[in-house]
Amino acid sequence: MILGILQQRVWSLIRELGELTQMGLEAVRSLRLSRPSGRDFIEQLHFIGVKSQSVVVTTGAATGMVLCAQTYFQFHKVKMDTATGAVVSVGMCSELGPVLASLMIAGRVGAAMAAELGTMKVTEQIDALRTLATHPVDYLVVPRLLAATVAAPLLTAEAVAVGILASWMVGVHLLGIDSAYYFSNMNRYTVPQDVITGLIKATIFGAAIAIISCYKGLNCRQGAEGVGRATTEAVVYSSITVLVSNFFLTLFLTRLFKG
Amino acid sequence: MIEVRDLWKGFGSQPVLRGTSLRIERGEAVVIIGRSGGGKSVLLKHLIALLQPDRGQVLVEGQNLCGLNERQLIHVRRKFGLLFQMAALFDSLTVYENVSFVLQRERKHTEAEMRRLVAEALGMVELSGIEERKPAELSGGMRKRVGLARAIVYRPEIVLYDEPTTGLDPIAGARIDQLIRRVWERLGVTSIAVTHDMASARRISNRILMLHEGLIYADGPTDQILSSTDPIVHNFVNGIVPADPQLAN
Repeated sequence: MILGILQQRVWSLIRELGELTQMGLEAVRSLRLSRPSGRDFIEQLHFIGVKSQSVVVTTGAATGMVLCAQTYFQFHKVKMDTATGAVVSVGMCSELGPVLASLMIAGRVGAAMAAELGTMKVTEQIDALRTLATHPVDYLVVPRLLAATVAAPLLTAEAVAVGILASWMVGVHLLGIDSAYYFSNMNRYTVPQDVITGLIKATIFGAAIAIISCYKGLNCRQGAEGVGRATTEAVVYSSITVLVSNFFLTLFLTRLFKG
Repeated sequence: MIEVRDLWKGFGSQPVLRGTSLRIERGEAVVIIGRSGGGKSVLLKHLIALLQPDRGQVLVEGQNLCGLNERQLIHVRRKFGLLFQMAALFDSLTVYENVSFVLQRERKHTEAEMRRLVAEALGMVELSGIEERKPAELSGGMRKRVGLARAIVYRPEIVLYDEPTTGLDPIAGARIDQLIRRVWERLGVTSIAVTHDMASARRISNRILMLHEGLIYADGPTDQILSSTDPIVHNFVNGIVPADPQLAN
């Protein structure tokens, strides 16, 4: 009985992964075959990029401040206060910036995408698109995928910049670290690869969030319950994908850049 | 010409279509009638390949739609227009953007041409001058008429109607029927509707097919089917609940 349920779940997961990959490939094919609508792309870029700023900036600032304070409390014990800026900078650029910004994007944008497409599905608007000689991937998925792929690294860069600025304010003005040493060590230990690693990760996370959320919306079950479930699953699956893939991307990109 | 050959479709363990076969010639006005949940809409969706059958073939002008992928179907679906039961207008777009949707995607027309074609289509459904309204600002009947304008603006060869009068009052329903008839007469399209509204079926069809237990049970000219003495057809057409439970099912 339990084995049967487990087997069913595994098969369902494999099937979903296959369909998700197929949709991703269809989006790539769509980019080759047709020109996406500039207006739809700009609309999505505005929704994902501009409207997510308050959430992402707040997350970046809060993370930068708390990371600075915690690092300072530990480093102060061994008289390494001035290394605080370097730890915050490297941590924000390569790990916390892309991961936390992407989790925020998954929560805000992923949920909205799945809910919108799910509602379109249950009100037959997706079928209407198909009857109007339009592939749903061309019209709905591609603009969202492109916009998320462009917006995620930009939002990450913003979160990182705001986080570092906030950490500087806490470190220098609240905890009394010397500003010159703070920046000097930050510049010394933060290398371009840290920034590039973070931006590559954010680009991949943005694409993954868009694909997963669109897939969940386009495949949602009938009724309000179906839309609710699709929305929840979009956020959960996107978040797990960001967290798990971050580990593998860290290993891969570190080896790539540092030999 | 549309031909359906031995079409089977089930959902889970529930069979809906059980070897349905039919043939509709170009320019006909056909209505498919049958009990609620009897598979009429499922059959209609197979005609435009929104659903794929478990078995069987759907041929449009000799081309089998079964097994074609979404991209291959784009070209076939250009021949069809479909009016959905609840209109299925895109609620984020205005009436103009909804009606001109296919024209905008095709990028073959200038803005002025698109404006003219949309105005013509809206004129045909007696809704001129509402281009800038959003679907949420329209009544149920108006939404269906906009849906009809969207289905005919690109001049399809075949127009499908899924329960066109459901949810409308008798006057609004009669007006939709009038428009369906007008579209058939003026544009020379093949008209295929599914409904269980007998008054509507009488107004918009020349031929009726009755779907019963997943098969085409009766097929003939409208008057002949509506006056049929076959107990199953007669009971359905006249809304009689038979004493014999076997006939009720």
